[in-house]
Amino acid sequence: MAADPVRLDATTVLDQGWDVDPRVSIRPESFGALLYHFGTRRLSFLKDRRLLDVVQRLPQSATAREACLAVGLSEAELATYGRSLATLVATDMLVARRPSVPGPGDPA
Amino acid sequence: MTTTALPLVEHFALGLDAPICLTWELTYACNLACSHCLSSSGRRDPRELSTDECKAVIDELQRMQVFYVNIGGGEPTVRSDFWELLDYATSHDVGVKFSTNGIKIDAEAARRIAANSYVDVQISIDGATADVNDSVRGEGSFDTAVRALQHLADVGVSPKLSVVCTRYNIPQLDQFKAIADRFGAQLRLTRLRPSGRGADVWDDLHPTQAQQRELYDWLVRNGEGVLTGDSFFHLAAYGESLPGLNLCGAGRVVCLIDPVGDVYACPFAIHDQFLAGNVRSEGGFDRVWRESELFLELREPQSGGTCKSCDQYDACRGGCMAAKFFTGLPLDGPDPECVKGYGEMALSKVTPGAAPKPSLDHSHKGGVRGGPVPLTLTIRRPDKACDENPLTGVQL
Ligand code: SF4
Ligand code: SF4
Repeated sequence: MAADPVRLDATTVLDQGWDVDPRVSIRPESFGALLYHFGTRRLSFLKDRRLLDVVQRLPQSATAREACLAVGLSEAELATYGRSLATLVATDMLVARRPSVPGPGDPA
Repeated sequence: MTTTALPLVEHFALGLDAPICLTWELTYACNLACSHCLSSSGRRDPRELSTDECKAVIDELQRMQVFYVNIGGGEPTVRSDFWELLDYATSHDVGVKFSTNGIKIDAEAARRIAANSYVDVQISIDGATADVNDSVRGEGSFDTAVRALQHLADVGVSPKLSVVCTRYNIPQLDQFKAIADRFGAQLRLTRLRPSGRGADVWDDLHPTQAQQRELYDWLVRNGEGVLTGDSFFHLAAYGESLPGLNLCGAGRVVCLIDPVGDVYACPFAIHDQFLAGNVRSEGGFDRVWRESELFLELREPQSGGTCKSCDQYDACRGGCMAAKFFTGLPLDGPDPECVKGYGEMALSKVTPGAAPKPSLDHSHKGGVRGGPVPLTLTIRRPDKACDENPLTGVQL
């Protein structure tokens, strides 16, 4: 496809709240899951079931870190999973949650 | 995908809960009579799935989370319920990519396509010039395709331009790219397989060894900008794997639903040996996909046969099952177009005429007006003396 999109680092991703793009369909498979983005027509995959758990947990979690810990990942595993999530962000599978209360200087 | 593909490929080889490359041929009817048609299309089959049956299949695909279907034929747009089915699919979470020769893509159809963001359209041409294209697809078919491309460009739709690579069009690769660029289309190159009527012309049309190398180098140069599906993974044996699916996904991630609801392992394998079941049977498509003996067998680890000792086996995996089958080669040996030449060697030992014939033939009897006139082909016709009827023309 196009040139590599800008990638966020794992910590930046872990510290924010994310939602699955509404145009993304997730299909669990024995190895993890397949993801299809109806907008970009991109097929992607989650390589293990725990990553799937994390992704499914994102909507109820204030940050990605919280989602990771809620599904039982250890602190030591956070960096790896943060990187996987960063890939999903870079391919538009995940979208940043808009803060519910606008901060000072946020566009109205 | 390339760097992380290997372990995933192993999972794909063992099969998925639902296909990711599902081809659905809506009709065997076609206005053209391309000499290499993979499904030997021409005449409508009276047992074709009805509108309601098609909708029931779509409901099932939605439940199975099949993300999209590749709709083809025959010429799918000649079905009177084509647009209805298209809208039904996309409003039920099943995206549609459909292939057409362009015959029904007028200004209004183009607007319809533009209005539905879950539809992709793919226009077939097999030559970058009318003479090369029409020699395979029939008189006037190049102009029809170009007209369709223009209608799509006029409303801002970016289609795919789909080309089956042959001996006569490999020298035109850059020209194809130029046509695609001119209409804002994405080029898609696919492999000629000896399937359907393709078996009759394969000897004359399939690329030479030197052309395969030329094609491979061209694909490497053009990278991900050109789509190839699973067409050319046998060329990965030259060294570098190409973007796309690098394994034979038949019955594992790929399958075909044909116009009468029969489910085959792959659109290029319309033969009883690869028939897994029918969507009309109890349990529908889902049960065929999950439980058919054929598919379960295809998902078993493959032995690799004589290819196993080849140093390129991990890249090429012995190539395309359908290509081997319809040229009479064993399924666990080299591809007929093996880049190391083992396929040619094996082919020379196949008794002429011994290769299996497709189980179905919906070809127009006696051809169509303005049908393909081969450039320098020696088409082997089945010797049915009474096959000529001057009265059978195009019937839509
Ligand atoms: S049989 Fe050939 S065309 Fe069909 S899935 Fe396998 S490699 Fe692809
Ligand atoms: S011998 Fe088999 S694995 Fe090796 S290149 Fe030929 S077809 Fe591919």
